[in-house]
Amino acid sequence: MIEMKEISKFFKVSKRNAGIGTAIKSFFKRDYEIINALSNVSFTINEGEMVGYIGPNGAGKSTTIKIMSGILYPDKGECVINGKVPWKDRISHVKDIGVVFGQRSQLWWDVPVVDSFELIKDIYSVPSEEYRKNFKTLTDMLNIGDIIKIPTRQLSLGQRMRCEIAASLLHNPKILFLDEPTIGLDAVSKIAVRDFIKNINKEKNTTVILTTHDTQDIEALTKRIILIGKGQVLLDGKLEDLKQKFNKERTVTVEYSGQINYLTEGLTIIEEHLGRAVISVDTEIITISKAIAFLADKIDVHDFSVDSVSADDVVLGLYKEFEI
Amino acid sequence: MKAYLSFFKIRFINGLQYRAAAYAGIATQLAWGFMYIMMYQTFYSTNPTAAPMNFQQLSSYIWLQQAFLALFMTWFLDNELFDLISSGNVAYELCRPINIYDTWFIKNCAIRLSKALLRSLPILILASFMPKEYRFTLPASSTTFVLFIIAMFLGFIVVVAYCMLIYIFTFYTISPMGVRMALVMIADFFSGGLLPLPFFPDWMTKYIYLSPFGAMQNVPFRIYSGNIPFNEAIKAIILQILWSIILIIFGKVLISKALKKVVVQGG
Repeated sequence: MIEMKEISKFFKVSKRNAGIGTAIKSFFKRDYEIINALSNVSFTINEGEMVGYIGPNGAGKSTTIKIMSGILYPDKGECVINGKVPWKDRISHVKDIGVVFGQRSQLWWDVPVVDSFELIKDIYSVPSEEYRKNFKTLTDMLNIGDIIKIPTRQLSLGQRMRCEIAASLLHNPKILFLDEPTIGLDAVSKIAVRDFIKNINKEKNTTVILTTHDTQDIEALTKRIILIGKGQVLLDGKLEDLKQKFNKERTVTVEYSGQINYLTEGLTIIEEHLGRAVISVDTEIITISKAIAFLADKIDVHDFSVDSVSADDVVLGLYKEFEI
Repeated sequence: MKAYLSFFKIRFINGLQYRAAAYAGIATQLAWGFMYIMMYQTFYSTNPTAAPMNFQQLSSYIWLQQAFLALFMTWFLDNELFDLISSGNVAYELCRPINIYDTWFIKNCAIRLSKALLRSLPILILASFMPKEYRFTLPASSTTFVLFIIAMFLGFIVVVAYCMLIYIFTFYTISPMGVRMALVMIADFFSGGLLPLPFFPDWMTKYIYLSPFGAMQNVPFRIYSGNIPFNEAIKAIILQILWSIILIIFGKVLISKALKKVVVQGG
């Protein structure tokens, strides 16, 4: 159980304009700017939930993750995770969490991955029995049995990321923080990573908090999303509900022969070209089935497709709505 | 505890891998040893009575210094730690259930020990086959040797604790170069890395002997060569213990302050 209450975090950033003159001036007098990385962020996440934490670059996603994992001290607010304050009881808190920062590596660069695993086993004092069991499940599920004998520096990004995720789960954490776990991965690796996360959540009831820019990750993994922008929580809700919200307008693409002379209310042509038309349907006025029936009646439809609302549309819609 | 041992093990084994570097190190250190000895030879030949150490003691001092360079030189720093801090990868260290100071301390000890282990013995053995005046000799008594070992260990701890401060200051300065240069140069000079401390003027050594720098290589090497008598040696060892404690406590306080305002670089 994670409870964040009005967490705020400021950063002091030194800034100066380009050029030698200002560089010399800044030697004597610095201009600082206080950046409000987070202001009054509050939310509650229950055990076993899988939450997507989204927002544009610089919104404060990583900062939140770092506060929740005990790395950063917030300037204001309270946070209690499984009865502990992360930054105060850092050492006992981090025993129960696993963290993956997509842009960094926790594996030792020069040694085979399996050596890093052994070290992690000792760091978390995982009992040998449990370690063997976890090791086996993780290597099987993530399909890394062959690559763990290779030094980290010789792994590809996708291979490494799978090892990183395995490394963060060796000690059976109750909560898993994933900061952009699929960044830079190819389609196959992405799907492997997603399937795995889903599995671990289902089987071990691990709470997963995931930040990502990849809307497919959100689609595939999370039911609940928290949207953050400019350091504030803008929205906290179910992905399904949000989809409904952006569901009012759907598009139908038809390939046809014949002529579309007129359209009933609720339909508008977005694009029409050589027997192919993209028509938007306002579902508040006319249902999809009626729209199709109407079109089928007018023209000879060879092929048609209805675009469902993707997480992409939701995210884009939200970014637009909140102007972030 | 086991975690720290594992850290020690992984770094130690890692350090032992670099054989070519060890050979190169042995050759370099031998060359430096020769150079120093020849230089002092010139000074001593003009006026041997003015020197505060006899030549035999000086030779042992220099060979010990070259052999155990990896243990006592403050410029022997772990670049990985600087990278960790300035790139923000320190984030991962912080989400482990371990004490950062202790871990880094252990890591540093392991690297230094693995390097010294590979280099010291060959250098000392070769140095004991040098012409009479210039050779590395065995200590006068077993008491001296025991005191030497104790002082070596304590001096090593003081050096590592001092280096920890250099790492910790990096949290505050983004680029570690400036602080690093300053602290390393000061320590190198005042610990007798360039010139053994007895060669310094008395009004200076009075204070240096009391400082943490005087508690570094100065004590063990001079105990070994018989330049410090027993009573003085005990005093110096007590000072070494004091400085170890003070530097470690200071480092721990400083790092806990640094971590409170830590900014993880690079998002």
